[in-house]
Amino acid sequence: MSRLISYIKTFTLWELLKGLSVTQRQFFKKSLTLEYPDEKTPQSHRFRGLHALRRYPNGEERCIACKLCEAVCPALAITIESDARDDGTRRTTRYDIDLFKCIYCGFCEEACPVDAIVETRIHEYHMENAGENIMTKDKLLAVGDKYDAMISADKAADAKYR
Amino acid sequence: MADLVPQFLVNWVDWGMGIFNSLPAWLQYLTITTWKILFVMIAVILIVAFSTYFERKVIGSMQARVGPNRVGPLGLGQPFADVIKLLIKEVVVPSQSSKFLFVIAPLLSLTPALAAWAVIPLNDWYVIADINAGLLYVLALTSVGVYGVILAGWATNSKYALLGAMRSAAQIVAYEIAMGFALVGVLMAGGSLNLGEIVMAQEGGVSHWFLIPLLPLFVVYWVSGVAETNRAPFDVAEGESEIVAGFHVEYSGVAFAVFFLAEYANMVLISTLTAIFFLGGWASPFEGWTFLNDIPWLAWLTAGGLHWLFTKMCMFMYTFFWFRATFPRYRYDQIMRLGWKIFIPVTIIWIGVEGVMAWFQVGPWSGLGA
Repeated sequence: MSRLISYIKTFTLWELLKGLSVTQRQFFKKSLTLEYPDEKTPQSHRFRGLHALRRYPNGEERCIACKLCEAVCPALAITIESDARDDGTRRTTRYDIDLFKCIYCGFCEEACPVDAIVETRIHEYHMENAGENIMTKDKLLAVGDKYDAMISADKAADAKYR
Repeated sequence: MADLVPQFLVNWVDWGMGIFNSLPAWLQYLTITTWKILFVMIAVILIVAFSTYFERKVIGSMQARVGPNRVGPLGLGQPFADVIKLLIKEVVVPSQSSKFLFVIAPLLSLTPALAAWAVIPLNDWYVIADINAGLLYVLALTSVGVYGVILAGWATNSKYALLGAMRSAAQIVAYEIAMGFALVGVLMAGGSLNLGEIVMAQEGGVSHWFLIPLLPLFVVYWVSGVAETNRAPFDVAEGESEIVAGFHVEYSGVAFAVFFLAEYANMVLISTLTAIFFLGGWASPFEGWTFLNDIPWLAWLTAGGLHWLFTKMCMFMYTFFWFRATFPRYRYDQIMRLGWKIFIPVTIIWIGVEGVMAWFQVGPWSGLGA
């Protein structure tokens, strides 16, 4: 009997018709595509994108060259050199992040005792020449200055979880 | 009415008709036939262009995507963008290949796909060559198409291309037989080799179509047609994981475009042929529903014509895409088993059944082969 049923199923193409009905039902459903440059997915305030160095409201840079980020960086993407400034405080003379090495893990941000290095939400950026992958201190500070409002808002939103 | 047409247009038409009428009869015939051929060719190429677009749209919808939508409104410019891209690309001819065969192979595969349209009746009067052996002509030409494939694989002088060509040639030859046997059933039912007369034999509504008495033959013919055109799920000729793109790996630019055109022209051809053999060709499914004639604007529903053939063709084209979105690729030995051990016996048995039933005039078989 089961053999007869299997013969009937084979010759009526039962399994194939079942498969066809699945795709046909899918045909009438709405597509899930997000048309990227026109539409974007919502982003978390914890999104880890391009790096930035922040400043205090009075304009003083936050980084104190403790090199914790350099030490914690698993990809060895951060290079820091430091020296004493004229007023006697310790500051970085060089703060480079190699974006090709960076894996965007966010450890630098977590290690930082003064919230100086952060990863912003910016994820749409590109390089056109060799060497532009190195984010120097100036470039990092420029990013921080430009997107200060966004970074502060994200930090505030995350503050209660830290 | 005559006032609506500008006088210079009337003069032109008169002038043209004057020249036409002064031509010798053979030249008149040649002119008309050339125009008929041109119309069919342009129509087929346009259908091919837009079927690539609709294929991507249909498969996209079935996979919860949207498909092309960037070029022009709704992405309708996509086929033209693709054509322009392929035309301006370089045609790379491999240095170890047989150059003449390499160049001629795409044409050998496209020509039969277009030439077969000569005997296909688009409605009760539009057929380029109304020959009596139309069905044999179609069978012969669809078989010739395999030369393009096998020569392309051979002339490329690449192991992948050769393997792909061998696979697809074996497959086409195997399914050719089942297709031929299925057509024997159609021939018995229609009582003619002329495609126009086969359609005439099916006139009189859905119940007169060969679909019902010849259902197994219809399934065999259609599935063999899918295998014949090397479409999914029978597209082992281009198994990406083992032999890249099969026989056309080394083709680029225009040469590739011609292969592409040939594949889709074959799909359109098989769709149209299936419609003609089993779904009554240009005949309307509402034939005899006379009350429809009284409703204004709906008279075309009962009238047979090109629109019904086109609708049926589109239905089969959709099925091509539907299959591609649904079925995984068959293994090579499964394809051979299906072709030789299932389809051929099924067709032979059904030809016997059909003969006996038509002889004793049983049920839906009564009136076949009249």
